[in-house]
Amino acid sequence: MDFINNYLLSLILFSPTLVALVIFFLPKDEMKFIRWTALIGSLIPFALTLVLWSRFNLNGSGFQFQEQYKWYEAINSTFHLGVDGLSLTMVLLTTLLTPLAILASFNISDRVKAYMMLFLFLETGMLGVFMALDLLIFFVFWEIGLVPMYFLINQWGSANRNYASLKFMIYTMGGSLGLLLAVQMLGVVFGTYDLPQLYELWPAAQTLSNLPAWLDIGTVKTVAFWAFVIAFAVKVPLWPFHTWLPDAHTEAPTAGSMILAGVLLKLGAYGFLRLILPLYPEQALVYAGALALLATAAIVFGAFGSYGQTDFKRLVAYSSVNHMGFVVLGIAAAAAAYGSTDPVVQASYPIALNGAILQMFNHGLSAAGMFFLVGVIYERTHTRNLNDFGGLFPLVPVYGGILIFTSMASLGLPGLNGFVSEFLVVRGSWPILTVYTVISMLGLLFTGAYILKGIKSVLHGPLNEHWAHGEHKLTEINFREILVMAPLMVMILWIGVWPVWILNVINKAVVSLF
Amino acid sequence: MTFPILSIIVFTPIVAGMLILLMPAQRKNEVRVMALAAATFALLLSIWVYFTYDSNAAGYQFQETYNWLPALGIGYHVGVDGMSTPLVLLTGVVMFTGVLISWGIEDRPREFFAFLFILASGVFGVFVALDLFQLFFFYEIAVFPMFLLIAIWGWIVTREYAAMKLTLYLFIGSVVSLVGALAMYWVSYQNTGVLSFDMLQLEQANFSEQFQIIWFLPVFLGFAVLGGIWPFHNWSPDGHVAAPTAVSMFHAGVLMKLGAFAALRVGIMLLPQGAQFWSPLVMTFAAIAVVYGAFIAFMQEDMKYMIGFSSVSHMGLVMLGLSTLNKTGLTGAGVQMFSHGVMTALFFAVTGMIYDRAHTRQIPELGGMSKVMPFAAIGFIIGGLVSMGMPGFSGFIAEFPIFMGVWYVQPWVAIIASISIVITAAYIMRNIRDVFFRPMPENLEGHITDVNVLDKVAIVTVCVLMIVIGLFPRVMVPMVQTGVDNILRLLGGA
Repeated sequence: MDFINNYLLSLILFSPTLVALVIFFLPKDEMKFIRWTALIGSLIPFALTLVLWSRFNLNGSGFQFQEQYKWYEAINSTFHLGVDGLSLTMVLLTTLLTPLAILASFNISDRVKAYMMLFLFLETGMLGVFMALDLLIFFVFWEIGLVPMYFLINQWGSANRNYASLKFMIYTMGGSLGLLLAVQMLGVVFGTYDLPQLYELWPAAQTLSNLPAWLDIGTVKTVAFWAFVIAFAVKVPLWPFHTWLPDAHTEAPTAGSMILAGVLLKLGAYGFLRLILPLYPEQALVYAGALALLATAAIVFGAFGSYGQTDFKRLVAYSSVNHMGFVVLGIAAAAAAYGSTDPVVQASYPIALNGAILQMFNHGLSAAGMFFLVGVIYERTHTRNLNDFGGLFPLVPVYGGILIFTSMASLGLPGLNGFVSEFLVVRGSWPILTVYTVISMLGLLFTGAYILKGIKSVLHGPLNEHWAHGEHKLTEINFREILVMAPLMVMILWIGVWPVWILNVINKAVVSLF
Repeated sequence: MTFPILSIIVFTPIVAGMLILLMPAQRKNEVRVMALAAATFALLLSIWVYFTYDSNAAGYQFQETYNWLPALGIGYHVGVDGMSTPLVLLTGVVMFTGVLISWGIEDRPREFFAFLFILASGVFGVFVALDLFQLFFFYEIAVFPMFLLIAIWGWIVTREYAAMKLTLYLFIGSVVSLVGALAMYWVSYQNTGVLSFDMLQLEQANFSEQFQIIWFLPVFLGFAVLGGIWPFHNWSPDGHVAAPTAVSMFHAGVLMKLGAFAALRVGIMLLPQGAQFWSPLVMTFAAIAVVYGAFIAFMQEDMKYMIGFSSVSHMGLVMLGLSTLNKTGLTGAGVQMFSHGVMTALFFAVTGMIYDRAHTRQIPELGGMSKVMPFAAIGFIIGGLVSMGMPGFSGFIAEFPIFMGVWYVQPWVAIIASISIVITAAYIMRNIRDVFFRPMPENLEGHITDVNVLDKVAIVTVCVLMIVIGLFPRVMVPMVQTGVDNILRLLGGA
């Protein structure tokens, strides 16, 4: 058992890649076999994550299950992995959503082999970001994940996929450019990329060794801070860097959207939590107001943008902007609380952070579910235009029920998961960023509006006869599709009524990190 | 007397070339088999050198010395260090894959392979030369066959123009360098009383600072012309475009490294104080090449021109690394030479495969190649990711330290040069999308066939190299570092 304990993170990280390599050697016409191999293979990291979760020591401090190997000695970068409560939650989200996304892709029959391999490579890329404790390794996985996603959109997407995939790629790479430069700069100054060391060194640094003397430390820190912020803000996405997202989502295949919204957006928020808050506490404090402003803008404009859509998938895509805004609001509250001695603030910011991290997890569940449900109806009707639907509830009662359930989670109905996290965020942010919190809460009103608009247009109102008879007759959600939704719905309800099990883990990270 | 492995590597191609010339011209298949056998032999020997080079001992290894013209101090002295060993391997790989790719040449394959092998011998010779005279000797041997290869087997539209332009540029560059080399030879004689072209001897010659400052620029830039340094780069894309596939692979894959390598070996290592004095200028040129090359590549519609200018951009990164004169930057430059060599060889190989089938290289006229030649598509995509500096591939391993090295010296240059990464991503992804994934134009429908097994072997060979170095930098980086340590010793720094 020592073996598993010692190498657990590596096993989780690389098992998807291994499965992908196995699939590479399968005959490409055996589609069924490939699908099942991919699905069962992707359950391996999930099972291992459950082992990880059960062995995670809630009373231990710092990063657990650390592994460190030599990687790039010339520039002192090591392959350093480790998890805390924050990473663990995200790892669970990733390994949970990937099998579901693969199951959701069972209807893909075009080049199944390449498709499944890309998905599994993507999983390794995402997990690597969540586990990395070395800045360079973080960056490596951060960029690597782009490649499979690009090809998933570009090859299996819908009509405008070429435009959307290139926009996604160039936007993210362009955003990461500043991150790349800032990472290099840190490596030059400290001669190490090890995160736990940088946590100690960089915030306390008073001089820039190894760099030309005319560089002012304060300016460099501020510029590097914004370089990090922009890289992650593009990914979150924060207004005004969000414009790639509706395009990418709309054109991506259903499972691609699930992973994109479910996990990829979290990479950005994770970057804020893992890198920006610990590395730049002072700069984050100075610019917390700006972050909160952007977060509020994302919440309000995201909701308005969503309400204005006639494309069902775009509606859900803009809702991601809206929901991720709450994550950043919680982060901004924590940033603004740095160094404060006010007991109210001291008591509130951990609540906001807990809420933000839980919101990341929750949005992962509900956004993946929503995108899947959009995909289900798109597959049957070949349209996503809300005006083409109407009154479908009697035709597909089970689908309608699931859609309403998931929408309600997204809307923040008490009893479901979205409520818990959004409440924690606004509760924690209130004493720190009162004005922004008030505006954000008003934004929640529009969240309700667009979600109800979506439900109304699809399920209620006069029945569009086109879908009722003949060859276009709408068929009910099938067993496989219900199987995709079932775990999501169980988790949504579970966290909604009893969030303690996951908040314990998250709170562990919040307390030890900040 | 140890086994003269380096000499065997150097002379295998030229001897094989002579033997091929003795074969009857119509026995094309025998010629090809002979060529492949010689290339495989050279590749295996260079692999052997690569893996037996002792990175712990460092320094020049596998040395051989013979007196050639003792009265003038000219000797035959070969040896490899951590900087040149990867380049010997690179030459072996490009030679091997180049022969595989050229299997289908029907027009006088005998002469083609003979000239190609003379070229290969010249390249091997420069990389292992430790004698300045010998270095020039092999350098000219490498340049001269290019003229014939391009002018005879090249793209009919521009081949005479390009061959002439290329040869004139390179000869002028090397003549300028040669003047500098003779100056070094004489001043070294005055300083030490020993007449010698031996570079290990010249390193000890105590050139005055003023001498170094005067002569560094002609020597360095004369060689750097072949490395495609801005503003002397514009022979290079023309040459790429006009050259037949295997020659383009050699040209971009190895020959441009020859320029950068000779500029390093003769310019920086023999005139270190001159290098320190002029490094800001070299860095400026290099940074312009990096960004400007990427922008021009973005504007191209001909695939070969696009790759040609991307080579200017990537060789600019090599020069950028060299100009930092610190350990990180030089290490990156060394790895980048190898990484860019295999990557661009792959690019030209795949472009050649497409051109052979579609008879056009115009990106707007191509499309849908991934359906008919998926293997080539995957190869090109992997090459593209290397080109973009995507982590996990060798390009990242090389570019990252180069940028780090620049940070030590001049942060602004690092920031400006990094723009090229996004531009490169844009033109590479656009090219992949248009050529491979867009629907195939009707006039090409049915005319395109899949690549053959030899092409696949070539593609797999280079892809594996790029991925292995990307995932496990230790297979190459420590070796390059030993070479860099040697350079730093001459620079008098840490």
